[in-house]
Amino acid sequence: MTKNTFLAAMAAPLLATALPAAADADYRAKAITVIKKDFQPRGQASTDRLAEDGLQAVCNRSGNQPPDYITKRIEADQLAGVKYPADGKLIGDWKSGEKLAQSGRGFTWTDDPGLPVGGNCYNCHQISPKETSFGTIGPSLFQFGKLRGNSADIQKYVYSKIYNAKAFNVCSEMPRFGHAGALGEKQIKDLVALLLDPESPVNK
Amino acid sequence: MRRHLMSSLCAMLVAGGVTAQTPKKPAVKATVKPQVATPVTEEKDAATLEFEKFRAEMEDSNPAELFEMKGEEQWKTPRGPKNVALADTCDLGQGVGKVEGAYVKMPRYFADADAVMDAERRIVWCMVEKQGFKFDDIAKKPFANANFTPDVTNLVTYVAGHSRNMKIAVPLKDPKVLEAWKIGQEMAAYRAGPYDFSCNTCHGSDGKRIRMQNLPNISTAEGAIKGVQGWPGYRMTGGVMLTHQWRMGDCFRQQRFPQPKYASDAVAYLLTYMIGNANGQVYKGPGIKR
Repeated sequence: MTKNTFLAAMAAPLLATALPAAADADYRAKAITVIKKDFQPRGQASTDRLAEDGLQAVCNRSGNQPPDYITKRIEADQLAGVKYPADGKLIGDWKSGEKLAQSGRGFTWTDDPGLPVGGNCYNCHQISPKETSFGTIGPSLFQFGKLRGNSADIQKYVYSKIYNAKAFNVCSEMPRFGHAGALGEKQIKDLVALLLDPESPVNK
Repeated sequence: MRRHLMSSLCAMLVAGGVTAQTPKKPAVKATVKPQVATPVTEEKDAATLEFEKFRAEMEDSNPAELFEMKGEEQWKTPRGPKNVALADTCDLGQGVGKVEGAYVKMPRYFADADAVMDAERRIVWCMVEKQGFKFDDIAKKPFANANFTPDVTNLVTYVAGHSRNMKIAVPLKDPKVLEAWKIGQEMAAYRAGPYDFSCNTCHGSDGKRIRMQNLPNISTAEGAIKGVQGWPGYRMTGGVMLTHQWRMGDCFRQQRFPQPKYASDAVAYLLTYMIGNANGQVYKGPGIKR
């Protein structure tokens, strides 16, 4: 399909032979058989979601720690797939970003696929100090911009990271929001603003 | 979710039939939280303690007991097209009709079914094979909603009640059970779907939260028992009695996966992994969940 899938598909067999995988191949194969047999579509969650894409397969086979040469290739490939706004503007409205960061909806079998998807950000990250109900799977993003500034490079990094977290950390726990089609250009811009705008409560 | 807890507790106490045991401690409304930017572990603990306190106060009138009683009656009464009682026909691994300690020793391998089965799957198997119910009829509406509680849920709750305060003892020495555990372990690590999530994304390491909800690490005994404790449970959200099978499905929902089939190998193997990891921990019986 994409260059990304192609590379990862090439990397996966390499990985299988190059090192003893962290995952036990026999039980992993049995697990995949069971998963394919014992799930049914419901709502928008169709069974094609059960198939690994190339990157997922590499992470699953290696216990989320593929060797460096594979990591570098896949990360570069994921980064190459990031689509930037045509107007070159990467920063939007932090207030809209905050609303989006609050919402955890989308993609489950109970979600209406016609409605927009949330950013899910507070599920895993501390962000604005006003929201004290935040998760800890990801690092705190409080004062993200205050600590790093608001340069063009930082903006590009944050936009890219939200678009595809795996471009920087191949087996990151964070979803690839742009790549997955969950968040569009405007939404990612608004989240960049939430983290980087000096007026955002994140940086106060 | 957290912020809705106390209000839903209140709603339940008012609407439900348990007003007699209204906790003396005033149900604290979602208080305005202090604006601090540091991790709020103290606050999290306070919230958890609040719920624990409530749960303790509910112990004398645990709503799950109502379902245990219904389940006991259904266990002992001849039912189904074959008009036999599970008490006279169903072997949960401890001998026909024996429920004492059966729940904490499942999942286990059952030769008559040639399958590793968790408690709910085994009870369904008995209902189909012994009583003559149709699997598809049971699987059509396997879990409770506001207006309906499946018989299986009552039965599971009854059986689980007879393992109260017993140690979890999944027979992992049985090679078939061990194989199920190993497949379950791989399933828990399997990342897929639009968000690249696996079970382990949330439940594979210590001390993580989604929002204010603590996430047990099911690879450890201490974490795994938290994933087992309180199921089957009377859930505040919606006021319904739900089983461990239901909970596994809800995890997959949030993982953005499709739905695991009811009473399937997939769920049985994952339960073998999680409950097996909790071996040696004390199961407190059917409970109350947020």
